[in-house]
Amino acid sequence: MRNSECGIKRNYKNMRSVIVILCVISVCLLSGCSRPQANVIVLGSTSVEPYAGKLAEIYAHIHPDREIDVQGGGSGVGIAAVESGIADIGMSSRALKEEEKEFIGWEKEIAKDGLAIIVHPDNPVSDLTLEEIRGIYTMEVTNWSQLPGGDDAPIHIITREEGSGTRSAFEELVMGKGVWITQKAMVQSSNGAVRQIVSGDKNAIGFISLGLVEIGEKPVKALALNGVAATRENIENGSYELSRPFLFVALTEPDGPAKQFVEYVLSPEGQQILIAEGFIRGADAAP
Amino acid sequence: MRKFKEKLSGRVFFALAFSSISALALITVFILIKGLPIIGKIGLSEFFGMTWAPVSQNKFGIFPMIVGTVSVTLGAALIGVPIGICCSIFLAEYAPAAVRNIFRPAIQLLAGIPSVVYGFWGLIFIVPLIREYLGGPGLSILAGAIILAIMILPTVISISEVSLLSLPRQYKEGALALGMTHWQTIKSVLLPSAKSGIVAAVILGIGRAVGETMAVILVLGNAPALPASLKDSVRTLTTNIGIEMGYASGDHQEALFATGIVLFIIIMILNSTAQYVTRKKH
Repeated sequence: MRNSECGIKRNYKNMRSVIVILCVISVCLLSGCSRPQANVIVLGSTSVEPYAGKLAEIYAHIHPDREIDVQGGGSGVGIAAVESGIADIGMSSRALKEEEKEFIGWEKEIAKDGLAIIVHPDNPVSDLTLEEIRGIYTMEVTNWSQLPGGDDAPIHIITREEGSGTRSAFEELVMGKGVWITQKAMVQSSNGAVRQIVSGDKNAIGFISLGLVEIGEKPVKALALNGVAATRENIENGSYELSRPFLFVALTEPDGPAKQFVEYVLSPEGQQILIAEGFIRGADAAP
Repeated sequence: MRKFKEKLSGRVFFALAFSSISALALITVFILIKGLPIIGKIGLSEFFGMTWAPVSQNKFGIFPMIVGTVSVTLGAALIGVPIGICCSIFLAEYAPAAVRNIFRPAIQLLAGIPSVVYGFWGLIFIVPLIREYLGGPGLSILAGAIILAIMILPTVISISEVSLLSLPRQYKEGALALGMTHWQTIKSVLLPSAKSGIVAAVILGIGRAVGETMAVILVLGNAPALPASLKDSVRTLTTNIGIEMGYASGDHQEALFATGIVLFIIIMILNSTAQYVTRKKH
């Protein structure tokens, strides 16, 4: 009896120390919640946001004392936030409009986003116009034989999910305002999944970031647009239409930590991260 | 002191049991808080509407996904349930011990394969087969139903086998003594007596099929449109969440939580039906 009493007492002592330790840990964790004040706010295009976020994360590893806060909202929101002084840097996935250029005094192209329309390598179709691609994605054209050189086979349309940056690029560059991708299109949630399906289905068509056409086990064929091949060179010289710039914008040239973050993004190291995501080097990237 | 120890251990077990229940409560409350506002905002008729285009057209209709879930699950049940029940009859009534000892662990193993492996296998093996022999893109209701049929087999087999084995010995002995053949005994005595257990097995299998996400996301094609044939692509409620959660924010994200509410209700109805059916027996 005495022994067991002792045991329980000892247990209690242990328990008390456990509770104390738990309290200390939770206090530590809670204090961890109140992070240092964000000193650079980068805000704008939801297409750029994931990649700017990734860059900011890696940048924070190199410079743990700097906090880069990346937020979405859209290109227009980003530009407005820069104008009102909420954001230090705005992100835009389209060229600036004339009226925006009046107050945006500084812009840098951090990357180009090229879009490749891909089909199976055995598909005889290899050149389409924007109207033809739009026709396919609205289901006005449903058979490859309705296109120059196509076989008599139904077209299997593949698209990306709602909210995807690649989809929004396609909607903006190909579909245009008020024209929607058919609900019957099959949806995949990554560039890789679209590529995988097109590489295995002779009648499929899809779109992916141009930088990812060559990356994969089985080949896919990128369609030429009005006779212009989908290559990095043709995007850099502007002849291939399906591309859009990723811009960082500000009222005046940023200084301090914001400037250093921009320099990091434009450095070969930062550019390498963007290229690995399938983008093309920005025009303003450091040599 | 011993009494105190007893009391203490009781409390500790209660606290741990309570934590699992509170996890359920926490998740339920969370998806309700996140999902209900958007339903209130757009209204029920819009929420159960025909068009799902949350970003481009600001439309949040999940009706095609309900049709998708129902069609794929029904297909899986049509393929998987007869096979599963026959397999359980074989194991409970016909199989010699040696065969049973191989079959049972093998079926358990089937339950242990991760769902993404099923999906990947379906994408690489079943989808091209359908594309080649039946036409269409291959990513289809049929592909999803085949994969899910295999995935629900362990549930259906093990629960129906247990319900067959737990019948009193006298049922079978009496029937055989009356001159019935083995098959007649199974058909007119054993199966009807084990009915509630088998029905519960089927319902729980269906519940598993409804909730499956990763396997079907790979083979269904995920088009949010009403299907016209078995070769068409559909999207289920689960894959709607799985495929779009990556970049969803604002109303879009809330609509995905609202999809979760619908799914939650369906699963709850299925599980309580299964419980009701089994309880009625006793």
